[in-house]
Amino acid sequence: MSVASTADKGAPWPLILPAFMLFIAVVLVPLAMTVLLSFHDWGQYKGIEPVFILKNWEEIWSDSYFYEMFARTFRIAALATLLTAVFGAPEAYILNRMRAPWKGFFLLIILGPLLISVVARTLGWALLFGGRNGIVNKALMSMGLIDTPIAFMFTETGVIIALAHVMMPFMVLSVWAALQRVDPQVENAALSLGAGSLTIVRRIVLPQIMPGILSGGIIVFSLAASAFATPSIIGGRRLKVASTLAYDEFLNTLNWPLGAAVAVLLLIAIVLIVVGSNALIERNYSEVFR
Amino acid sequence: MSRNGPLALLFHTMFVIFMTAPIVVVCLVAFTPEGYLSLPVDGFSLRWFRAIADYPEFIDAFWTSLWVGALSSCVALLFAIPAALAIARYRFRGRGALSAMFLSPLMIPHVVLGIAFLRFFTQAGISGTFPALLIAHTIIVFPFALRLTLAAAIGMDRSVEMAAISLGANSWTLFRRITLPLIFPGVISGWALAFIQSFDEVTMTVFLAAPGIETLPVRMFLYVQDNIDPLVTSVSACVIAITMFALIVLDRFYGLERVLAGHSDRSS
Repeated sequence: MSVASTADKGAPWPLILPAFMLFIAVVLVPLAMTVLLSFHDWGQYKGIEPVFILKNWEEIWSDSYFYEMFARTFRIAALATLLTAVFGAPEAYILNRMRAPWKGFFLLIILGPLLISVVARTLGWALLFGGRNGIVNKALMSMGLIDTPIAFMFTETGVIIALAHVMMPFMVLSVWAALQRVDPQVENAALSLGAGSLTIVRRIVLPQIMPGILSGGIIVFSLAASAFATPSIIGGRRLKVASTLAYDEFLNTLNWPLGAAVAVLLLIAIVLIVVGSNALIERNYSEVFR
Repeated sequence: MSRNGPLALLFHTMFVIFMTAPIVVVCLVAFTPEGYLSLPVDGFSLRWFRAIADYPEFIDAFWTSLWVGALSSCVALLFAIPAALAIARYRFRGRGALSAMFLSPLMIPHVVLGIAFLRFFTQAGISGTFPALLIAHTIIVFPFALRLTLAAAIGMDRSVEMAAISLGANSWTLFRRITLPLIFPGVISGWALAFIQSFDEVTMTVFLAAPGIETLPVRMFLYVQDNIDPLVTSVSACVIAITMFALIVLDRFYGLERVLAGHSDRSS
């Protein structure tokens, strides 16, 4: 990678120490404080009591409300991930086959939203879904696809669709990156050997872009499971997911220790899922990542 | 390479409509002449853009966002440039662990970071202040600043540095006159990407915001929580326009693909 001489042994530390100290002080310490907070007691009138008890963890463990809430969080994230994979992967493939001016133009159109405020994008979905006579329902009904309006606002369906839209660029980008490593001549070889287009997609293209779909899936899943603004705006006050519940505990109920426990649990779950599936992918596709 | 068939192009058209519809609809509603939410089919008016001026909270939040974004990106680079040079040039114990730590704000859910920062800043007694917001944003934009600077530092030709050393340049002159100019494109795009991240961040910031120190996305979020009216769509339309402009500039000068490549790929 670089020309490092043995004489430079101590040299990187003065360079890296400021950033290291910053992260110890402002990331590790606050995270440790949050874990500690989740073991503190809280009462309506006494506030936070710095003791060490398992009350919050027992509450999360025994109350089925939390179980349902976490199940909903990960169900929404999984379905949003599935949607991005089913639609994002073919789109990346189509984009990759486009010619010069169109390729760049549509890449900008599809990846650009990544940098546009999540609140603005979710607001767009709230407008499209809005009420009984929302634009999406009108369009679907005029096309004859549905007879009665579908409830999008304040439902899981709406949150999943909006989340899939918000996370879609990550999937397209990830599959796009995998496609750049694919040699187009392999497809041509299959074609010349008489393979049909369906066979080519299934036997040649899909196996090669699978690592891209999987690593895109990990990104989308972890971001969707911890999404806040979209479930909050589309889901409303009653359809709670982990992050909106933690927000409620912190800024409305003011039960910080319980909110901290929910947040710590979310962090642990996401880290385990991401690290676990990364290891799985790297084991199965080690030759792709080299 | 073979061409896309009609079915593929139909799929592509539907996909593009799906991706652009929410953004287009926000911009269209912003131009409504009515006092309620409606698509401007029967008229076109700028009244809701003028109405922003009567709502100083949005204007103040915009300036807060601009300052937080610009300053936190600069502070992040102050820490990220030396760290990137160290990671690019030396193999040392803990190098992998340190890189993982510096990129960890990408993996830690922002709601968890928001809670951790709120607890930390409350204990430190600076909760709800501008410096607290600045420190928090420095952390969340750090991975973006680091990654693009790192890419530039790894790709840099070091023979010029060797020449400068042999001509007797001291280390500060070497950095200022040779190294920094060579990695500058990476540094600038790292700054730009960091700025956009900070400017868009809502989840973590919503925990730290206090009246008077709200960023624009937080103000928009809190506003939408209460009611959705054409005013918030005109504000969103302005945000979208600004982002589009930044995107096009970034694309011209650096290439969007390269910037976004530093944006995704969190698993590496």
